[in-house]
Amino acid sequence: MNKKNKIASIQLTLLRILVYAVIILLCFLCLFFFVMLIINASRTNNQLQRGFTLIPGGHFIYNFKNAFTDSSIQIPRGMVNSFIVAAGSAICTTYFSALTAYGIYVYNFKLKKLAYTFIIAVMMIPTQVSAVGFVQLAYKYGLNNKLWVLIVPSIAAPAVFFYMYQYLKATLPLDIVEASRIDGSSEFVTFNKIVLPIMKPAIAVQMIFSFVAAWNNYFLPALLLTSSDKKTVPIMIAQLRSADYSKFDMGKVYMFILLAILPVIVVYIFLSKSIIKGVTSGSVKG
Amino acid sequence: MKDNKPKVKSISYAKWGYIFIIPFFLVYFIFTFYPQVLTFYNSFFENFRDGLTQIGPRFVGFDNYKALLTPSDSGTIDILKYFGNTIIMWIMGAVPQFVIALLLAVFFTNTRLNIKGQGIMKTVIYMPNLIMASAFSMLFYTLFSNVGPIKPLLVQTGIIDQSFDFFFTTISVRGLVATLNFLMWFGNTTILLMAGIQAIDESLFESARLDGASSTRVFFNITMPLLKPIFVYTFITSMIGGLQMFDVPSVLTNAKGTPNRTVMTVIMYLNNYLGGSNNYGMAGAISVILFIVTAILSIIVFKTIDRDKG
Repeated sequence: MNKKNKIASIQLTLLRILVYAVIILLCFLCLFFFVMLIINASRTNNQLQRGFTLIPGGHFIYNFKNAFTDSSIQIPRGMVNSFIVAAGSAICTTYFSALTAYGIYVYNFKLKKLAYTFIIAVMMIPTQVSAVGFVQLAYKYGLNNKLWVLIVPSIAAPAVFFYMYQYLKATLPLDIVEASRIDGSSEFVTFNKIVLPIMKPAIAVQMIFSFVAAWNNYFLPALLLTSSDKKTVPIMIAQLRSADYSKFDMGKVYMFILLAILPVIVVYIFLSKSIIKGVTSGSVKG
Repeated sequence: MKDNKPKVKSISYAKWGYIFIIPFFLVYFIFTFYPQVLTFYNSFFENFRDGLTQIGPRFVGFDNYKALLTPSDSGTIDILKYFGNTIIMWIMGAVPQFVIALLLAVFFTNTRLNIKGQGIMKTVIYMPNLIMASAFSMLFYTLFSNVGPIKPLLVQTGIIDQSFDFFFTTISVRGLVATLNFLMWFGNTTILLMAGIQAIDESLFESARLDGASSTRVFFNITMPLLKPIFVYTFITSMIGGLQMFDVPSVLTNAKGTPNRTVMTVIMYLNNYLGGSNNYGMAGAISVILFIVTAILSIIVFKTIDRDKG
């Protein structure tokens, strides 16, 4: 019996070592490319042509200045545009999804059930299906190259609505709404002053996700934003790919890529815990 | 709904329900629903730009669909080829993604193994999911291209030949697309499957262990059956996402799907019609086909989840 236990415990230790090895390998794989990116972004074109090393080149600031002042790829402009679209979308999508979820959850009205069923039913329709009509309309009314055209549609985000609805169901006691009514607060004020603060965790998580999604979005913006002062970061990155590559200062190219992903990484470093929690709470409950 | 007690007299507040949901529905109908209808409508029209001349719009019935499904000179039906490419690249990424995610989820939740440092590990493996796909792909392009740093390393160690070009070989471009998709999604899947396993009643594992069941038996007889709804959900949503694959192959191949259009995906095909010639007719037809395929997959998800619930 004792011997059997010993074998079992050795087996367990071996398995544990194996598991750690696999996980460390995967973590290495996830980080390797970014480490390479950061190192390469600090090396000059000449240094880069000599092959890869793990030692940073010490020209990080030099590349940064070069990338930031490039005349054909105006990355600061792109970052500002991306930020406007991403922040605008994040605010619109979370506020109005919360409002809609609250409207359907708290009030009783004739079309309540229908409204709910409708939103759930359209949740799975891929965004590309509306893209054709959307692009056609945008060009017809001269709304291509307008950033707000990419922001406003995010008011209606079925998946975010669903998340908010689940959250309300789990956390909002209807007594609070009733108490606030007795205090004489109007319905709208109740939502803004009492319900929104309760929903803060859900709003924060969805804000991050929608910000990141809009920041990274390439398909639709690339079809609409054609004038150089309206382009967002992903469009500029794709432009790098189509440019005549051999003439490029590679240090600058790596710096462009780094600038494109850096804002999201910074946010992630600070908020990774709640982001990871949000991954599960959003989709599994269904 | 059942929480609303009758004494609340919620009926008198009904108009607020409508007021609160109006912005959502208004925006949905103008910016999503109407464009969707237009997409369907367009698919029955000839409507594109040829240089500076506008052709159509002219009603052509199902001609766009016929054109899509007619074999080209070389005998291939383009859209089927692109669906094939998309699915092959999705499978190449999804198989390792789900195998590894499942293994990690089982290991992470195993109390006897008691893996330490899970927080930091989850943080690291989830990170690629948030990285801009186009930038990540551009990074891969710069690293693996002929002037990038990886090729010389592989040539030196004798793994590949000097003449090998990562971006002129079907299997290597598809491999890079799959690798990127794998890296971006396996952490996400791990976290979802972990939550699924953690939702299983711990006492089930305990009693199985007391009965002397081996880990493999516990996995196949308890974990997998109970995890099935969530597993199917993540699998099908991954497939739906896979069908919409665009950023990665597009940036890696400069929107050309090279070599020989073996990396061209359905959405890249759609994008070519939409971006180049504003061919709303053909783009509409492709969208409708994509919509139908996605709808079928979604129904499968809902059916599976419903059955397992009930």
